[in-house]
Amino acid sequence: MFKNVVKTLACGLLLSATAAHAQYPEKQVNYIIPFGPGGESDITARHQQSFFKDKFGQDLIVEYKPGGGGAVGWTQLNNYGGDGYTWMGVNLPHIVMQPLTGKVGYSTDDLASVYFFHFTPDALLVSEDSDFKTLEDFVAYAKSNPGKLTLSGSGKASANHLAQIRFDQMADIKTTYVPFKGTGAAVAALLGDQVLAEWGYTSTAAKQGDQVRMLAVAMEQRHPKFPDVPTFKELGYDLVSGAYRGIALPNSASEELRKEVSAKIDQINQDPEFRARLENDGMAMLDVDYEDMPAFMEQMKETYTNAAKSAGLVQ
Amino acid sequence: MVALFDALTPLNVLLALLGVIAGTIVGSLPGLTATMAVAVLVPLTFAMEPAPALILMGAIYTGAIYGGAYSAILLNTPGTPSAIATTFDGYPMAKRGDGDLAITLACIASVAGGLVGALALLLLAPPLAEVALAFGPVEYFWLAIFGLTLISALSKGDLLKGLTGGFLGLLLSTVGVAQISADVRFTFGSDVLLGGIEVVSALIGLYCIPVLIDLVATPDRHLDVTGQTRGFRLFEAWRLTMQNKWNVIRSAIIGTIVGILPGAGGSIAGLVAYTEARRSSKNPETFGTGRYEGVQATEAANNATVGGGFVPTLVLGIPGTPPDAVILGALLVQGVRVGPTLFTEQGSVVYTFIGGLLLATILMLPVGLLLGRYAYKSIINVPKAMLIGGVALLTVIGTFAIRNSLSDVAIMITLGTLGWVLARFGFSASPIVLGLILGPIAEQGFVQAWTIGSATENLTGMFFGRPISLAIIGMILISLFLPLVKDRLALRRPNQEPQP
Repeated sequence: MFKNVVKTLACGLLLSATAAHAQYPEKQVNYIIPFGPGGESDITARHQQSFFKDKFGQDLIVEYKPGGGGAVGWTQLNNYGGDGYTWMGVNLPHIVMQPLTGKVGYSTDDLASVYFFHFTPDALLVSEDSDFKTLEDFVAYAKSNPGKLTLSGSGKASANHLAQIRFDQMADIKTTYVPFKGTGAAVAALLGDQVLAEWGYTSTAAKQGDQVRMLAVAMEQRHPKFPDVPTFKELGYDLVSGAYRGIALPNSASEELRKEVSAKIDQINQDPEFRARLENDGMAMLDVDYEDMPAFMEQMKETYTNAAKSAGLVQ
Repeated sequence: MVALFDALTPLNVLLALLGVIAGTIVGSLPGLTATMAVAVLVPLTFAMEPAPALILMGAIYTGAIYGGAYSAILLNTPGTPSAIATTFDGYPMAKRGDGDLAITLACIASVAGGLVGALALLLLAPPLAEVALAFGPVEYFWLAIFGLTLISALSKGDLLKGLTGGFLGLLLSTVGVAQISADVRFTFGSDVLLGGIEVVSALIGLYCIPVLIDLVATPDRHLDVTGQTRGFRLFEAWRLTMQNKWNVIRSAIIGTIVGILPGAGGSIAGLVAYTEARRSSKNPETFGTGRYEGVQATEAANNATVGGGFVPTLVLGIPGTPPDAVILGALLVQGVRVGPTLFTEQGSVVYTFIGGLLLATILMLPVGLLLGRYAYKSIINVPKAMLIGGVALLTVIGTFAIRNSLSDVAIMITLGTLGWVLARFGFSASPIVLGLILGPIAEQGFVQAWTIGSATENLTGMFFGRPISLAIIGMILISLFLPLVKDRLALRRPNQEPQP
């Protein structure tokens, strides 16, 4: 692993001097995931891996740099060479919420995000034998038992947590959010009846199958894998949210290179088989390329900041 | 079930063998963990059928858990967190020249534990998965507190120093971005501490660095060697295993159950089994001086967590341990859907896999004995200067490799130096490590249980009203007060005896 770092640094110096990326990529690309192996960011990267190799003839090497819920990796991203051969996964709301709520070593605008390729939509889940059959049941119970409806979810100030905050506002209810370490622990709490419901993801339902039931999904349209589950929008709540995943480059990367990498990721993202695979895992595809990035990031920052402020997560 | 024997194709047998060999080597190197070994393999498995891919990953995993015993016994450094308790008696055994015996004992116990875990997976997986769900936040909280009571067993006479070490460990566990609340704590504005103190790098620092410093500071050989090398000492080890078969079986059952709990893992399984072995022994005070039972208990328990961990992974889709999370991810990419229907709908894949896991566990016996003998010979024959240099280099590489982080190397060396200084004043490393591992589990469980209890306006019922919690609280009380009661009785008895 030492070798890789040294190599990356050395290549970074060489390439930025010659500015040669005529046939990018000319060699393997290191794709750093700022989380440990086995999570959804890792699984997505693994899907991209084989398509990258097929399309561009080079290897995409997945590396892990976990720590601080991603903060360790993002703090160090700009220390890598901006030659286009080091990518790092970026996640929303993490890269907005971390600098907003705590002292981490980077700010959102430090990260040169070039593409956001999908999001895992938030979903409201209950176990199969739950009394909540519809979202209406859920809201009615919450109204008559303020604060007593407990929900598990992955992490605090996370996508699940923000969805809970925003939905409570929209439905004018008060529920209790219990943060767990990761989606696995959150769904275990639901299945073990430790909580009454879970703010999870469509991918949770894709994994757990019949053990859980989704009351609604936070998407624009119904998820192709779950045609029977309504969206919050259909039911009158304007909630479209989830955990967004993208790729950023060290900010020393040139404008052309950022566009180049953005175009490459787009090619993978448009592959019908790739889309089918990810949708089968419960993801919702997204095609935010480098050109659309500033507007997209502005909008996300505003949404998250408002929700966080109203919930008292930030002053 | 017939599919069990599908595991016996030449390719699968070869993969199981290669997996066990690779896993054992990786596990024996401090810092290179089972999770990492499995993750490196994932891209390879895309080109394979699901069953052979699973067999390869399962074999590596089980080998790595056993391999951790080598460095625990020979260098006092757990190769993986699962082998922490192996150091307690394994290293003293090696010190007095019984390192070869300790390795063979560990090998037999690991195979036995692995078989118990895998058989539980084969025969009882769906009902056992309920255990994983019955454990809520409050049960994890009490389990962690129970784990902390082990400090009294580990602090060898000086309880105050043990408790101080435990508190230091708890404090260290809060450094960095908190896992569930996302608060940034005790980083003092530095990026170095942002990721917190990684357990494996802390283990390497606290256990290995003091050994290295002492090696440099004293003229003695690293390990005593008594006369000629004596082969595997297999018969001696087998006899000792048969003498302690209840210890091995009890430890394997503890390991299986702890493995099923997604929030626990091999390190806790080994520690709990070690304490039980100590408690049920007639001479608990001799534990820590090189008792066979200590090595057997830990190694049987930690390998049993492999099979146990696959129970929630395959039945519920909830990974039991970090390597299970990686294997689960690889399965998803391959299009295998885990969950309650897996055993019925894709039964052939599952049973072939379990067959492969059993096979790999059995193969661990010859592989473990041969590799263990090689490891032992190299450690005792290598000149001291080379040993120190080599191990020092390994500690740095291993620590860096865990998270690709130089900060972790700096933290490892700092903790190691601190550990050496503290050892001079009679503080041992184990209570610190215990605090570091159990702190986050206790904290999360407490916060979650408190939140749920407050919301439902039933805090007392939450903490003291659930059957499993009460059972664990009972174990805590026994663990805390039984030694006191025993001492009392021992004091009273001489007074009573003179009466006719």
